[in-house]
Formats: sequence, structure tokens, C-alpha cells
Amino acid sequence: MFVSDNGTGVPPEHVPQAFGQVLFGSKYVLRQMRGTFGLGGKMAYLYGQITTNTPLRVVTSTGSKAYEFSLMIDIQKNRPKVLERRLLKKQKKWRGTLIEFAIEGDYYRAMPKIIDYLGQTAMVAPYANITFIDLDGRLVRYTRATNTMPKSPKETLPHPLGIDVENLQRIIEVSDAKNMLRFLRKSFHRVGDATARQFLSTTKLDPRRDPKKLSHEETVELARALRNYDGFLPPDASCLSPLGEDLLKAGILKELKPEFVTVESRKPSAYSGHPFIVEVGVAYGGGIPAGSISLYRFANRIPLLYDESSDVSWKAVNQLMNWKRYNVDPAVAPLAIVVHICSTKIPYKTVGKEFVADRPEIEREILNAMRDVGRRLSGFLSRRLSFEREKRRFDVFEKYLPKMAKYAASTIGLKTAPNIKPLLVKASALSSEVIEGGEEKGSEIEGSGGS
Amino acid sequence: MAKKKAVKSKGVAVARKKDSLGTINALADNVVNQISKADFPSVEMPSRTTDNIFFDEKLKQYVLGKKVIRRTARNVKHLKPLTQLVWADYIGSLLLKENKTSTLRDVFYMAEGEDLAFEDQPESDRIITELESVIKHPREDFNIFPEERSSMFGDLDIEYTVKGYEGRKLNFTMSPDGMVIGPAVATSEFVDTSADKVIVIEKGAMFTRFVEEQAWKRYNALLIHTAGQAPRATRSLIRRLNVELKLPVYLFADADPWGLHICQVIISGSANAAHIPELVTPSAKWAGVYATDIVKYNLPSTKLNEQDIKRLQEIRKDPRYQGKPWPMEIQKFFEIKRKAEQEAFSRYGLSFIVDKYLKTRLEELES
Repeated sequence: MFVSDNGTGVPPEHVPQAFGQVLFGSKYVLRQMRGTFGLGGKMAYLYGQITTNTPLRVVTSTGSKAYEFSLMIDIQKNRPKVLERRLLKKQKKWRGTLIEFAIEGDYYRAMPKIIDYLGQTAMVAPYANITFIDLDGRLVRYTRATNTMPKSPKETLPHPLGIDVENLQRIIEVSDAKNMLRFLRKSFHRVGDATARQFLSTTKLDPRRDPKKLSHEETVELARALRNYDGFLPPDASCLSPLGEDLLKAGILKELKPEFVTVESRKPSAYSGHPFIVEVGVAYGGGIPAGSISLYRFANRIPLLYDESSDVSWKAVNQLMNWKRYNVDPAVAPLAIVVHICSTKIPYKTVGKEFVADRPEIEREILNAMRDVGRRLSGFLSRRLSFEREKRRFDVFEKYLPKMAKYAASTIGLKTAPNIKPLLVKASALSSEVIEGGEEKGSEIEGSGGS
Repeated sequence: MAKKKAVKSKGVAVARKKDSLGTINALADNVVNQISKADFPSVEMPSRTTDNIFFDEKLKQYVLGKKVIRRTARNVKHLKPLTQLVWADYIGSLLLKENKTSTLRDVFYMAEGEDLAFEDQPESDRIITELESVIKHPREDFNIFPEERSSMFGDLDIEYTVKGYEGRKLNFTMSPDGMVIGPAVATSEFVDTSADKVIVIEKGAMFTRFVEEQAWKRYNALLIHTAGQAPRATRSLIRRLNVELKLPVYLFADADPWGLHICQVIISGSANAAHIPELVTPSAKWAGVYATDIVKYNLPSTKLNEQDIKRLQEIRKDPRYQGKPWPMEIQKFFEIKRKAEQEAFSRYGLSFIVDKYLKTRLEELES
């Protein structure tokens, strides 16, 4: 397997840990990230090492120098084993990372999901070019539809409402605060002096206590108190990086080529101290197959491919939405729904991270967004219906007026029929009176493909 | 037999057609003008709904009231029927110019060739009826004739006007079976006749009897066989004989409500044809068979069935049946509750109906 990108690159001193040590990564600050523990890529290589016992090759450059590593993982100790490290002579201005390793697997069985994954990634990352050449030399290419990138998330401290005992112990470990008051102010999101004092007054803890000297029972009690205190300010969403309406729309247009698309980015919301944003797109007609609603789920811009029917979005689409109210028959409509949830902590139901739990706050946001886009879809459908009706109406004029002119002219022996063009213009004016109406937000009559 | 009358009706058939073509052209001209002015073409016609059909006591026939409907190309629902109407108008002009005849069935199929297909035959018939009401001429005047054919026998000379036969003459005594009243006869000019009356007969067997018994000669009559309800071409011909040749008309049908109505439609027309004035012969006289004849001649008869009774109740209220001798005869039917066919007179021998019955009846009516 050979993967390369033109990203920021990895500084050479971090390469061994980043690629050769499982669970490497700092979680003392939070921001929306694709992974959570830095596990995915290394698990892939680890599986390759177990099945083929060949090293991982990494080439990376942050812009100036480029380095090549050959490394393996010491599985017993969870330590990187660097077999080779060398400075490369760079030929061009190149920045990015390239990795290569061997893995054993059944490509032909996995292929459909791989293609799905790449295609859906292209939908949610319309600013990326993705090229995939498979074992048989087949080229699959997804071309970017825009040069705009979403705003990067800011790092943020964890919010006290989202803390568990494990987190709390690690935060205490790395904190250099000598008392509880300072510890709370410096380690948590949106906790200032007043909030920290008020919170501590509800506990038995002295604000001057050294956090490192808390007993285990006290730590457990503190974590519970943090989670249950209702005086904290809600988290802000600067740590989130939603795709935004324009990019989501561009991605959907590019990959699904619908006749109509509209998207809705909800305002930030929070559950248990974790900020989240829900983005929903609805696409209709064009390249979308009819039959049943196609649901595309994304969490922090990662496509979720498995266990669709356990997901909160599936529940919203198939059980909570009354599509008939939006002029849509879900059994036959060529309809696709795209749901993107971004959060510092996606509430997956299982460790497999394939489906999102139906947390009421998230479910409500998904449903509200879906109803918004549903209303716009309904507006589009009824406008299209009246447009088609008027088109059919005009077709009748176009069909019969020339005949009428011809017969009448022939009856009285005229060689040429009177010109019916002015009448057709009048007829089309009659028709357009009926279909005039305000353009609604997000509506497009024609999918442009978003080039 | 010497021809007694020199007929002066020549040119009538030609004139009717000319007038018909004139109104056909006027409709087309109007449409062309409106299109040229970028106006949506529209055509006005009298409404033929029941609330606009009235019985005219003076004319003794149904006529249309003042209510007018307007078909306009501005209305998308009117576009197809209006185009079909203009097309039918064009077909009418073609038939007249090329001197060809056609039928309602032909019209239905011709429309398919023009991508103006009618849903069904009644829809196509309706458009022709509309054209009749716009140009105020029956379809026979633009050469669309019915499938049903009546026939005629008697001393009448006609001159054909149809293509290929122009100027050729025919005498209606040429075949003892009678001659068919088809498009060629309907559009012919009357040249000469020795007859002084017209006897219209419902049934074929009776018509043949009248020819065999020389009724036409003995009573100096033209005999017309309607074969049931008289087709419009026949009704129109009867009127022409009555108006152009001043021949009194006597109507002879079975003694049942259906026979009565065959006669009545010839006299005062039907509501369906209220838009066409020249199909009726108000002076025509019902000559039998009367309900009172069943009693008077002790005719073999059968019981009136439920449908007969129902129909009799309907026509009793019908304004066309209010003058003599209808109410009295209808009352008689209700009394005796029996009906009889024309052939019932055969119980007195084959010649009785012509020798005795007809003689008596004509004397009664002529007096």
C-alpha cells in the first residue's frame, strides 16, 4: 500500500512516535480531529507487519529537508524500531508525507467499500484531489471542485461537563498548577476565576488544595461533581471545523450530480460539555437513484459506512421525518440525505466507531436541520411541478396553434399560414405568470457540478 | 302519365352548398384574421345545453335560445377542440370544393392522420355538430352523410350535382325496389314530378306493398321508406319536397310510441338538432296507424310493455305532442294498453291497407 499527500509533513523528530507507537498523541487539549487516539493509521501498518513482517517506509518533508525512514513497531514494548533514517536530496519543492507498506488482505472483497469510502470522502472534502490506483491498475480519480478549505479548528481545553475520571487523572498529571483554583482555571474550557470559586464552593474541596495530592476517591468525586455542576458556561465552537454550507453543497453537487441540492449548517450546540455542529444536505433527482433514500453519514468528515440502520441519522430519516409532508414519497423519490456531525467527541455507540448514538441533543439538531432542508426541497418540488405543468401547457399551444393557422389558411386558399410566433410569445407570457416565485435559499434548478 | 308540374326548384341544392361554403370560409377567415392580429382566435356558437333548447310554438320545433358559448385559443382546454373545429371546417371546404362525400366515421379516422385524434366517435361527432351550429348548416350541406340509407319510389325526375354525374338525370320509378336516398340524391336538383303528395313509410315490407299495389300511381304519391328513424338526409329531402315542390307529406308508421316518434321527428325535429333549422316539415301529417285504428279496424295487437308505457308517459308531456290528434291518440293507447304494426292490416288481405285504409285516411286528412 502506497499513500502520499501534500500536507504539512511531519517533523523528522516526531516520525518514529507518530508512525511507530500506538496511542501516541496529546489529548490534553481538544480540537476536532479525524481520529481520537492516533490509532487508525498505525493499526493498518500493525496489521501489515503482523501479516507480512515487512517494514514501513515513510518519506516526509515539512518544506525544507526531506527524510526517509524505514521502521517497524516493537509490539511487546509499543516502541518504534527505526531501521533506517536518511536525508534525501530533494529535487523539487515538495512538502508532504508518503508511506508505503505491505499488507495481506482480500482486495476484491473489500473493493466496493474502499471505493465507497473514497467517493464519500471526496464528497465531504470537495477541495481535495484524490487519486486511487488499485491492484489491477484501475485509476479512480476524484477531482476537486473548489479551492476553498474550511477554517481549521482551534485547539481548546476540555469542557468540565465532558470529563471522566481517566481524563481528569491525566489532566492532573500534566498540570503544573499548585492549587485547585488555578488548576480549574488553567485546565478547563470556559472556566474563569468566579466560575471556579463557585464550583469549588459546592464541593468539599479547599481551593488551595494541591490537585496532585487528591486521593483516588476525591478524584472520582471531583469528576462526578464537574459533570453534574450546572453553572458552567456552554462550550464555544471555535474548536470545531464544520464544512460550511458552500463546501458541503459543492461536494454533493460534485459527487451526486443532483438536480437540486440544499444544505443547512446548524448553529453550534452541546451535549455533556461537548460542542457539536450538525450539517445536513438534501439532494434530489439527477444522478441520484430512485427507490429508497440514500443516506450519507459523516463524522468529523469521515464517512461512516457500516451499521447504517443503528445510526441516529437513519432514525431521523426513516422514522422521525414525515416525508409525505414535504411532497416526497420516500419509497420512490430520487433522494439523498447527507448528515455531517462534527464534534470534539462524537458519541459513537461502539468502539468500532461506525454509528452515532441517538443523543437527544444531536437527534434534535439533525431533525431540525432535516426539516429545514425538507421545506426547501418541498418548495423546489412544488415549483418544479408548476413549471412542468406550465411547460405542458405551453406545449399544447405549440402543438395546436400552428395547425389551426394552417387549416384556416388552407380553407380560404392562402398559400402561407399566418405567423403564429407573436401568439406563442403571448402564450408563454400567460404561462410564466403562474410559475414566477421567489428563489429560496439554497435552491438550484440545475446542478452545475460545481467546477 | 303526363308530367303535370313543371318544377321550378332547380339550383336550390347548388345554392345551399354555395351558402354553406360561404359560412365555412367566413369561419376560417375570422381565425386567420385573429391570428394575424396576434389575438387568440375564438369562435362563438349557440349553446346546445338543455337550458338553451326551447320549443318554439310558432315553428312547432325545437330551437336554440340566445345563450352563446365561446371557444377561445387562450384557454388551454379549448385549444384542441377549437383546432379540431377549424380542421373540420377545412374538411368541409375540401369536400365541397372537390365535390366528394364523407361520413362521420371517416371524419373520426381522418383526424388520426392529422394528429388530432378524437377520444371516441361521439367526440368526433360532437365537433361536427359544433361546426353545424357555427355555420348554421346541417353536415349534409358540406357533404357529410349518414351511414343509414332510406329509399324512395315514385315519379320524380332529379338531376345529379355530384362529381362525375353532373347533369345526369334519374326517374324514381326506375327500380321497383325504390332508389336509395344517398348523398347523390340528397344533393340533387328536382327537375319534374307528377306526384301531388309524399307518403312516408316506416317499414320496408309496407313500402314494397305500396309499390306493388300501385299506391304511388293511384294516389299520385312519392313513397319514402325511412327504415326506422329517418336519417337527417331523408328529413332534409322530405322538407325539400314539401317546400320546393309544395307537396303535402303524410307519415305512416306502427301504432306504438316508437312509430309515433318517427313521425314526430319528421314534423318537428329533435332537440339534438335544435341548432339546424331546415330539417323539419311542420306541415307533414301523421297518417297512422292510430290507437283508435286498432279499435276501429279490430287489428291484431299485442300488449304494451313497460318500456312502451314509460315512453308514452314521456311523450305525453312532450311539447311536440300537444296539438291534434296526438293527445287523444296517446290517451287511447293508455286505455287499450295495446299496440299494432302496420302489417296488422293483412288480416283483411294484402290489398286492404292500400285499397281501403289509405284511401279513407287520406280523404279524412285532405278534407
